[in-house]
This record gives sequence, C-alpha cells and structure tokens, in this order.
Amino acid sequence: MSQVMLTIDGIQVAAEPGTSVLEAAKKAGIKIPTLCYLEEINAIGACRICLVEVQGARTLQTSCVTPVADGMVVRTNTPAVRRARKLNLELIMSNHPRECLTCPRNTNCELQRLASELGLDEIRFAGDTPPYEPDRSSPSLVRDPRKCILCRRCVSVCEKVQQVSAIAPQERGFKTIVAPAFLEPLGDVACVNCGQCALVCPTAAIHEKDQTAEVWAALADPGKHVVVQTAPAVRVSIGEMFGLAPGSVVTGQLVAALRRLGFAKIFDTDFTADLTIMEEGSELIKRLREGGKLPLITSCSPGWIKFIEHFYPELLPHLSTCKSPQQMFGALAKTYYAEKAGISPDDIFVVSIMPCTAKKFEAGREEMNGSGRRDVDVVLTTRELGKMLKEAGIDFSALPEEAYDDPLGISTGAGVLFGSTGGVMEAALRTAYELVTGDTPPSLDFNEARGLEGIKEASVDLKGTTLNVAVAHGLANAREILERVKNGHPYHFIEVMCCPGGCIGGGGQPIPTNNEIRAKRTAGIYSADRAMQLRKSHENPAVQALYQEFLGEPLSHKSHELLHTRYVPRSRY
Amino acid sequence: MSNSCSCHAQLTPDHLAEVDRILESYRGQPGSLIQVLHKAQNVIGYLPREVQVKVAEKLDVPLTRVYGVVSFYSLFTTKPKGRHKIHVCAGTACYVRGANQLLNKLEEDLQVKPGDTTEDGKFSVDVVRCLGACGLGPVVTVDDDVYGRVHTGKLADILSKYDKE
Repeated sequence: MSQVMLTIDGIQVAAEPGTSVLEAAKKAGIKIPTLCYLEEINAIGACRICLVEVQGARTLQTSCVTPVADGMVVRTNTPAVRRARKLNLELIMSNHPRECLTCPRNTNCELQRLASELGLDEIRFAGDTPPYEPDRSSPSLVRDPRKCILCRRCVSVCEKVQQVSAIAPQERGFKTIVAPAFLEPLGDVACVNCGQCALVCPTAAIHEKDQTAEVWAALADPGKHVVVQTAPAVRVSIGEMFGLAPGSVVTGQLVAALRRLGFAKIFDTDFTADLTIMEEGSELIKRLREGGKLPLITSCSPGWIKFIEHFYPELLPHLSTCKSPQQMFGALAKTYYAEKAGISPDDIFVVSIMPCTAKKFEAGREEMNGSGRRDVDVVLTTRELGKMLKEAGIDFSALPEEAYDDPLGISTGAGVLFGSTGGVMEAALRTAYELVTGDTPPSLDFNEARGLEGIKEASVDLKGTTLNVAVAHGLANAREILERVKNGHPYHFIEVMCCPGGCIGGGGQPIPTNNEIRAKRTAGIYSADRAMQLRKSHENPAVQALYQEFLGEPLSHKSHELLHTRYVPRSRY
Repeated sequence: MSNSCSCHAQLTPDHLAEVDRILESYRGQPGSLIQVLHKAQNVIGYLPREVQVKVAEKLDVPLTRVYGVVSFYSLFTTKPKGRHKIHVCAGTACYVRGANQLLNKLEEDLQVKPGDTTEDGKFSVDVVRCLGACGLGPVVTVDDDVYGRVHTGKLADILSKYDKE
C-alpha cells in the first residue's frame, strides 16, 4: 500500500496508512509525551496527555488514536498543546495521593516523570478521592486503587496479552475502580499472579508484595542459615536497577552482591533447571515409550500452572509432574544440602530471587513442602533485590565477579536457557537427543525455539523418531496452543511460559520491560549459555553426584517425593 | 447484611431456568451483553452474582466485563428490589423543595438507605433524577402511582396504602 505524507512540526513524514500520528511522530524522531498509551497493547486516548494540534481540526487531537492522513499538518509543541497537556496532567494529579517519597515507585514513576517533563508547577484542584483501600489479599501483588489513574494499561495486558481478565474497570465516575468482578479481593479470583499488570502500571497502583523485611530479619537472625537461589533471568536484568544496559550479563556481580548482603550460601536455580531437564526429559521419554499422556507440557512457570488450573483443568494430565526449578531447589536445600552440610533443615532459610511475582504464590502452595516444611521461605522479585542492594549501599557495578557455591550452584548453559522463551525446549532437546540416539546433536543451538514470535513450532528428527514440539509464551498464545491440543494436533512436547518473552519478561523484572528490552535480555541469556563450558544438563557433575549420592535415578521414588507434584483444578469464577 | 437472606429467597429455580432459556439464543455472542442482562433483570428483578456468572459463561465474556457493565449502568442492580418500589425524585425542582427530607424520613421510618430494600422485602427506595413533573415537586412514586407535593407528614399515609399485601 502506498504511504501517506504528512507534516509534523514542519518535517515531512511518510507513514503507513492506518498508523497513528503518535507512531508516525516517533518514527520521525519527534517525541510526544504519553501516559495511558502502551505500544501495540493500549491506545485508547484516555489520559489526553498526547494531545497535538491538527490543522483544520476543531479541537486538539489525541495523537495515539488519530490516524495519519495525506497532507495532514500536525504541530506537537504549541502554547495551546503545552497548556492543555499540563492542565490534563494537573487534573489527573488532583486526586492522586502525593506520597512520592514513601511510594514503592519513587524515582521510577511515569506520573512523577511526566510532572517533571511537562513542568507541572502547581496543582490547583483537590479532586474527590475514591473511597477504596489497598487490597493485600494476593500473595503476589498489592492493588492500591488510591494511586490508580485509570489508564487501563493493566486491564488491556490482562485481557489481551494474557487473556485472563482478572481485573477491569468497575463502577462509574469518581467511584471507578480497576478491580476484579464484584470488587472481590484479588487473592480470591482467577488471577494467575503473573504481575504483567505491575510491569505496565505507570504508578504504584499495582505492585509486587514487598517481602524484603522478612529477608532482612532472617539475615539478622544468628540462628538461621540463610541460603539464596537466583533464577536464570535475574542475571541479565538486575544490572538495569543500577543503570547498566538491559541484557548486561552480571552473574558474577550478582553473586558477589548477595554474599555482601550476608547470605551463607549463594546457589543457582540453574542447577535445578538442569535437574528439571533430567526429570522432565525422562518423563517425556517414558510417556513416548509407554504410551503416556501426550503432548507433555512443561510446568516451570507458576503463572501458567495457575492459568491451566483455572481455565483448562481438563488438560491438567498433560502437564509434567515436575515441580518448577525453584521448588526443586527448596526441597533439595532442606534435605540433600542439609544432610551434606550437617545443618538441621529447620535452621535453613531458603530465599529465592525470581523475575516473577507468581513464584511468591507458588512457594506458598500447600504441595510445596517436600522436605516436610515450607521448602522455599521467601521469594523476592528482581526489583525487591535491587531495593535491598540499594538499601545496603552496595555499589553493584563496582563489584568483582564471584562464583556460586558448591554443590547447588553448579550449572550448565542449558540451565540458564530457562530464562528465555524456548529455553526449556532447547535444553530438553540437547539432552533428549543424546538420551534417545546415544549421539551428540549436530548443533547445540536449536534456533526454531528462539525468538519472540508468540508460537513456535518444529519437528525434530531424533534419528528416526520425529518429535513434534511447540513453544508458546504469553497466555493468549498458550490458550491458542491448548485449543490446538484439544483439536487433536499431534504434538509430543510443548513448552509454555506465562510471560511474554519468558522469564526475562517476568512480572518481577525491572521497570520498564518492553519488547526492545526483552530482546536485549534474551541476547544476554544466549551469551551466558555460550560462555558456559558445559552446555548440556546431563553433563552437570553436581547433578550426576546428586543422583549417585541421594536420588538414585531420574523418576526414582525419592525424586517423586521431592521433585514432583500434583495440580489442583480451580474454578474460573 | 439484610440482603443476603432476601436475595436467595427471591432467586427461584424457575428464574434460573428462564435465564438459561434466554441465554441459549445468545450463546457465544459477546456483543449482546447489555441486551441479555436487561432481559435477565426483567425476569428476576435484579442481577445476582450467580446470574452474572451464567451470562459470562454462555456469552463468552469475562466476568469482570459483565460486572463492569452491571456496575456502570444505574439501570442494573445487584440487589433484590422490594415488592413495592419507591422512587424519590431528586431533580433540581424536587431537590429544592425538600426531596432530601423525604429521603431522610424514609430512612428513619423504613430503616433503609437509597438503593436498598427493607429487611422484610416489602419496599425498596431509590433516588431518580427528574420525573418530568417539576410543577408537582417534590414527587414520589410507588410502583406506578405518582404522588405530588409530598411532605414528610404525608409519607406514612402513602405507604400505608401498600400495607394490605
């Protein structure tokens, strides 16, 4: 289709028909401030911050929803535009609590930044404040409607990207609130705790449940042996909290930082990611050989697990019975490691650093007590760890690189792949190929599983055995895959990750997280894999020792007791 | 709350069967949400959670959206209405001529706030904006009966007419 030509601030701009003035301006390097707009997800012209003058139009136009037209003349920076934007922001601020200094989003708040960028110098109006209190019912997320500016970014992510629709605008006028139906507590409804809402919230109206105080208390308790595990995706994102470029691989600094915080042992979830491959790979081969339920679907992602429990309970038998790497770690820390180190499991306190808010829910699940007690005591998100490090005055980027502790800190490149969409699939195939054929795969890089495309499919030839595999990330894509499964598509193995991009785009990751940043973090994951000497899970010597000394073999009785779990059908309503 | 008992008393299996019948013809049509809610409320008199869940399931609309619509439009109510519906006009003319005193008096006599229903399920009280009879203000309607120039002293008389049932 031919392009349209328009003029923005005197510059000739070519744009595809149907694109918005905002997008056209962005392409031409002209920045129009936005608030409710979220690229490709939310363009509803609600906040009226992106106003521009369009020649011939009676009023100022919201550029995010105004399509370009041939010959259009747009001005983005006139006195009328600046005045109107400022006034609209002033009105938005009129009932926003001005608690910036004590707010979890202080210095990382879009409203605060806009106030500064638009030069807001007074707030003349005192608006009616909504009569709602914070909702702390969810183990993962806190909703604070007082800070909500009703931009609906969370609503559109929840409805379009995740197709969960746990929250939507309710009531009307000043009483409008973004909440579950009947204003029920978030902890009681079909919310999967993915935290994508928190990731896109411009303010602190939805944020993770802060559990840093519990970790500080444990660290200060001389009776506690506090160990920590770090998820694969944290090492490519935590640097962003300290001004490093997205995707910077800071594994060594992360370990050093945790040691300085006072953790007794710094372990790695990558270790149990390798272990997951052993268990899940064996489960796949067993199901293939013995005619078990196929396709087998991965079970690492707790938001995904809760999604299938709520929305597709009839497909639960397809899930791998493997616990997630985080929970395998917890169970082993309080059994295998406790035994080896000669420490009573009751004195061990397990902290997880996760890119994820749903992991908080997962750690609290009734089933997650393989060791006879809570396997994981506290889950912190990447953001919460960043907060602790700042509070401790640790100069992150100046830290030396240090190494993880033995034995639960030893891992392979396959383990780190779990941080990205397609990673579990790639890691599984590296091992499955060898287990099934007895040969090394022609290439370790399994490119069909890589990239940010929503659904990836491939047929893999294991020397005569064809494996139909698929990878989905983001729950709308997961839903699509499940529909295909219901229609009898002959898949053998499916990886599903709850969040777009996989864990690198998790709801506990640094804000902002967008597709550009997701791609950079993904690149970080692949470079971390390439840098590892061992890149296949079954070659992990610590995993091999674990089987020899403790578990016996994959899918053994002890493995089942500690590393496998069951699922709970839940209602949608 | 007083509502919890009376709502179950009013939601009968016949109601639910009738709602199911209505929903059957709208299966998988999210665009018909408002129409369906309207019909369901005409059957039952209000839209309890149970009915909204049915609507969400059959039309394939998230429950959050269904409740969003129900809570947005004042036409819809999630509370059961009384056997007699009292409407007090609080349009400008009625307001300045004492609609608020009438509401206070009703609250005192019937122990019910606007939007709610008495414990015995007999009366519900709602505020409306302008009934188009400003010359008669303040205006109160009970079911289809219209009363003009109402003052607090007249309320008991009016309500007593509905004592019989």
